[in-house]
Amino acid sequence: MAPSDPKISARNVTKVYQTASGPMTAVDDFSLDVAEGEFLAIVGPSGCGKSTFLRMLAGLEDISSGQLTIRPGADPSTPLNSVVFQEYAIFPWKTVIQNVAFGLQMRGVSERARMDVARGWLDRVGLAKFADHYPHQISGGMKQRVSIVRALANDPEVLLMDEPLGALDAQTRVVLQEELLRIWEETRKTVVYITHSLDEAVLLGDRVVLMSAQPGRILDVYQIDLDRPRSIDTMNLPAFAEYRAAIWDRLSAEVTRAMEMQP
Amino acid sequence: MTQDRRAILGFLLAGVALHVGLALTGLWYAWAWPAIGASFVLLILICERIGRHVPVRARKTYERTLALGFPVLLLAVWELAGALELISPIWFPPPSAIGRALWDVSVNYDRFSETSLLGRPWLIPQEYAQGGLAAVGTLLSESHLLATLGRVFAGFLLGAIPGILLGVVMGLNQTVRLMLDTTLAAIYVLPKIAIFPVVMLMFADPFGEGPKIVVVALSVFILMTINTMTGVRNIDPVYLMAGRNYGAGPLQMLRHVILPGAMPVIFAGLRIALGTAMIVIISVEFLRAKQGVGYMTFYHWEVLVPEKMYAGLVVVMILGVTLTGLLHWLQKRLMPWKR
Repeated sequence: MAPSDPKISARNVTKVYQTASGPMTAVDDFSLDVAEGEFLAIVGPSGCGKSTFLRMLAGLEDISSGQLTIRPGADPSTPLNSVVFQEYAIFPWKTVIQNVAFGLQMRGVSERARMDVARGWLDRVGLAKFADHYPHQISGGMKQRVSIVRALANDPEVLLMDEPLGALDAQTRVVLQEELLRIWEETRKTVVYITHSLDEAVLLGDRVVLMSAQPGRILDVYQIDLDRPRSIDTMNLPAFAEYRAAIWDRLSAEVTRAMEMQP
Repeated sequence: MTQDRRAILGFLLAGVALHVGLALTGLWYAWAWPAIGASFVLLILICERIGRHVPVRARKTYERTLALGFPVLLLAVWELAGALELISPIWFPPPSAIGRALWDVSVNYDRFSETSLLGRPWLIPQEYAQGGLAAVGTLLSESHLLATLGRVFAGFLLGAIPGILLGVVMGLNQTVRLMLDTTLAAIYVLPKIAIFPVVMLMFADPFGEGPKIVVVALSVFILMTINTMTGVRNIDPVYLMAGRNYGAGPLQMLRHVILPGAMPVIFAGLRIALGTAMIVIISVEFLRAKQGVGYMTFYHWEVLVPEKMYAGLVVVMILGVTLTGLLHWLQKRLMPWKR
């Protein structure tokens, strides 16, 4: 594949679960390309299959039909993707720095080299002095920072984030959004970012994909032409409000529909 | 403050009045047990009042005094009750007599059964000078304590390691779990001592060490399999996903995700398994052994030397507490993330 090809390509991806009450389509005919270095945000009501899509992309779940590929980079030893989970999923039995170095350790990077990389990342998010703490000794916001730099230290081709800030309180969330923007400016990784927060999607994303609930389909894709680098102040721009309002019109109708469908 | 002080004084006086009153009316012997019981209740009331006024920095000392002081008091009451013939000092010998018996079995060699409790370790230099390591081995092989310890350790290792491994497999693989779960549940409820005769039949020498070790191993094995399986199944699936996503292979998953994830439940299992192993080995030694702490205990019951029987029980107690402490230490070393 040529370097100009999309980094991620999804062709008619479908996921059907067999349940006791018959087959349930979680993701239906999902087709999308993500360019190298693009920040793609996916929003939708809960139960719209956005997390399912991410897990299929991460190879953690099988695809029922269709094609889903991540284009490998020049260095074949680079992992294709690393996931930042909503529930942090950092290991309670490893120290902060051991967690950050985990991906490198699994790939056989020497103790010294991986600790250097991990320490560098902890420095960048202000967690250097917590390196030898265990997760139960640090706050939720810090845990999610650890989870994010664990993925970044692994230096994947694509970063997959599954509602990474969903479990945090509003203030911590804002701080981490700023931090994400800053880190992304520095690394320019290809990112697929799942969120249920419309503000977050518009603030972070180059494009916002809006999904419908049950079955999960792409309703619309919005190009967000806000200047980079962005910050929390970007949310005060009139253009931000316009994007937000336009997407919200479709999303609110979807949310209402999804709520009525729920038993 | 003053109120509590007055209450404490009141309880003290009530206790003294109770005993003096009973003694003066000549009813003390008849009413000794209820009076002692009432004294304990008064003691609790007094300690509780005192506890309200213990300053924070003395709190630890206060708690330790209660925790250690009470058993000492119990022993004192036991001793006193023996001396006053409230209980038969023959069948329920006082702690001092048990202590003497314990000393006796520790330092003396039983010529009749050719055994001793500890194996007379003070003779090691002398034996070594005469016959080398072989002689030391012969000397230590006469020990009841080492015999029991050896059986417990061997049985524990032989049961726990395969048990943990099978538990991991059952936790991860549904097919194996479905096939073995009912069988294990059925064996689990069976008292292991009841299958001792069957185990004896499996060995060329049914009265040797083999069956004793295997029956301990079997009970530990079943417990550890069930506990480890539960521990593995209770690992939050998100950790398994994270492990896979970050490129862990099967062995790395086992070492970095599955074993540490199941560790708390595994250790809870080990603690229960240790208790079960003690029950099993002591019962087996009661039944069929020529050596061991259980044998020593039961032997002294059969020949009607109660002090030495109690001494055996004390050794079993010390053994259990020491081994539990050892397990606790191991847990701290292996699970530093649990503080």
